[in-house]
Amino acid sequence: MVTVRLWGSLAELVDGKREIEITATNLRELLEGLGEAYPALKPQISRGVSVAIDGRIYNDTWATPINETSEVVLLNRLVGG
Amino acid sequence: MPKDEFTPRTFSVVGTRPLRPDGIDKVTGRARYGADISAPGMLTGMVLRSPHAHARICSIDTSVAAAMPGVKAVITRADFPVHPENNGTADVLDNCMADKKALYDGHAVAAVAASSRRAALDALATIKVVYEVLPHVLDVDEAMKLDAPILHKGRKQEGVPADVSDNVLTRTEYGHGDPEIGFQMADLVIERQFKTAATHQGYIEPHSCLATLGSDGQGDLWVCTQGHYMARNTCAEILGLDSGCLRVTPSEIGGGFGGKTTVFLEPTALLLSQKSGRPVKMTMTREEVFRASGPTASTSIDIKIGMTKDGTITAAKGDYRYQNGAYEAMNGTLGAMTGFAPYDLDHVNTVGWDVVTNRPKAAAYRAPGAPMAAFAVESVIDELAYKLGLDPIEVRLKNAAREGTKSAYGPTYPAIGLEATLKAAKSHPHWSAPLGENQGRGVACGFWFNFGGDTCVSLMVNPDGTVSLSEGNPDIGGSRAAMSMMAAEELGIPMERVRTIIADTAALGQNEVTDGSRVTFAVGLATIKAARHAIQIMVERAAMTWGIDPEAVEWVDGAAQPAGPNAGKHPPMSLAEIAAIASNTGGPISGHFEVNAEGAGVSFGTHIADTEVDPETGAVKIIRYTVFQDAGKAVHPSFVEGQLQGGAVQGIGWALNEEYIYGKDGTLQNAGFLDYRIPVASDLPMIDTAILEIPNPGHPYGVRGVGETGIVPPLAAVANSVSRAAGVRMTSLPMSPPKVLAALKKM
Repeated sequence: MVTVRLWGSLAELVDGKREIEITATNLRELLEGLGEAYPALKPQISRGVSVAIDGRIYNDTWATPINETSEVVLLNRLVGG
Repeated sequence: MPKDEFTPRTFSVVGTRPLRPDGIDKVTGRARYGADISAPGMLTGMVLRSPHAHARICSIDTSVAAAMPGVKAVITRADFPVHPENNGTADVLDNCMADKKALYDGHAVAAVAASSRRAALDALATIKVVYEVLPHVLDVDEAMKLDAPILHKGRKQEGVPADVSDNVLTRTEYGHGDPEIGFQMADLVIERQFKTAATHQGYIEPHSCLATLGSDGQGDLWVCTQGHYMARNTCAEILGLDSGCLRVTPSEIGGGFGGKTTVFLEPTALLLSQKSGRPVKMTMTREEVFRASGPTASTSIDIKIGMTKDGTITAAKGDYRYQNGAYEAMNGTLGAMTGFAPYDLDHVNTVGWDVVTNRPKAAAYRAPGAPMAAFAVESVIDELAYKLGLDPIEVRLKNAAREGTKSAYGPTYPAIGLEATLKAAKSHPHWSAPLGENQGRGVACGFWFNFGGDTCVSLMVNPDGTVSLSEGNPDIGGSRAAMSMMAAEELGIPMERVRTIIADTAALGQNEVTDGSRVTFAVGLATIKAARHAIQIMVERAAMTWGIDPEAVEWVDGAAQPAGPNAGKHPPMSLAEIAAIASNTGGPISGHFEVNAEGAGVSFGTHIADTEVDPETGAVKIIRYTVFQDAGKAVHPSFVEGQLQGGAVQGIGWALNEEYIYGKDGTLQNAGFLDYRIPVASDLPMIDTAILEIPNPGHPYGVRGVGETGIVPPLAAVANSVSRAAGVRMTSLPMSPPKVLAALKKM
């Protein structure tokens, strides 16, 4: 199981839980698992999220590995200028 | 990407300062910018824009215009063939051409293609638009009220409370701990509200494009943009085209800074071309750039910070309200994520609000959303330090985020460079230099994420031993030089032997927009890998020539040479020698690399600003300014310095002068450089820079993006300096002379 930390307003959609656990070994499994286990998160996941894994930020690469000890933090999808 | 890409090494090309390869073209006028592109039979496209800030479009009669001599096509929103399903793309279309409502002064409502600019202007004057003028709202706090005029209904996202208006599209909250507990631990708590005005990137080159689109759906677009793949994909989606049928070629770009990361004219030009059967060129006037491209958000921000007598921050709260113009954007969210990012905080809470108003849709401006947040946060930290009698750099060092710090937006930092920038600032002669009468010194820190994204590079080894390198990102900050340097470093040849070009959308795979400070990081990474791919092939060719295994050959100083005792004795074969016999050894040699370059390293900077305030007029003069920023590894230090200086200067303009000024009717009053004053060289001292190099572990050379962070600290650094010089805390930008004078008189 991977512990996923949610930002505050996202946590409000899952009964205030700031951390949730998901079975995932990579980014694709993580995003799919979040949407299935917590349908309230689906709209935001569809709009796009970034995921910080052990302090580095990833957006799309499904195969990005995630370990049970990884720090996984969901973030708003980042944009830049 | 692997997290251990970085390998310490000694560089021979990277880190030097060669002449930029595009320099002669730019100083002689040979470089072709957007408006320099022409085609036989070309028409001039022009746009009719709403004179109202908010109005229902009751009818548009284009019949007279369509019948005028020289007019070849007239379009309104009704001519666009599809309604994109994606909300973001639908907003882009609506921003390019209004549908049922005009949402801001300058919103496009119709367009004409004619044989001359005069004919197009005459035709626009005959188009009859019947408007029902609606109440408008420009200010973020007003727009959030339940009785505010509403731009869009039903666009509130989940999590937005019921007690704010439908203009509030998103509410985002970040943080950890319990700030209320932290405030009780503080010796001093300061809470203030801050305001910042909307500003424009002020790029020299207006938006311009030349479009051809046939009835068969095959088209070409030449355009000034930060992302020609974005332009292709967006136009194809808006017009119902296959993206492969639309080839987009970027022109040289006269500045972007985030403002050219979307489309404004391009779908209209393509549609006018398809309807007229002729190439159509469209170029914005400067007035159109101000009224109808993408300025920054204006903001209203509440910050509360508690601090102990020794300078420890015990708690921090921020409420960041950003108006993003007429459509959804996430500047407020990014403000909430970045404001406290430089600090190691046990108790922090931030809320970001993204709100629509009757202004042009906000675009990015370097690090979108972050400078305003830093202005507010860094101002309160400065005031706390001042009132507690503490050194403002020492306070920041005491609370600085480091490797292992849980950031205010959630993740734990890997190796970062904030502390290094602060220590460099503290030991720099600027920090201890004496100040004169009416002068003050301010310091501020700033943070930006940086990112990577889809990237493709092709590297061809030519028969004469020169190298041609193709990248898919417009050269907005010297990337042709940087890529040539990194390719030369890997290949072991002089940089002058590598020519880098910007390929069109048909020549390389998908490339992310030139944004997020991504190009030197991501395209550089792809360049290095493409060069290594070519080296691998050249090693194989040399091995074949010598009749030995490729594993017994290594690449050293631009040549293949036998490695190990069993490889035999063969004289090294240089790149040029291998290239010369490529046809005999298997054919042309090239290297490629395609990647979604994720895992970019975050960036921090610290700025020191000295200002002098004229007590008679309120005018502020920048006396001295120094930037300290972590670049990971500066590939071409002159370009890095230019980015840091440019960010600082733009931030100084934002702090002191620049502002969108609206009349009571919601129309923009200062849509030109005479009335919207950006800093010029005579306003400023030389901006000094100090580049720190804390390697990014996610890049082979340790490179971090540098383009955006430089604009984050200056608003606060200048405000802190002016506040100390004037003896009164300045909380509203720009700090124009009347505003400073009024603050002085209130003392």
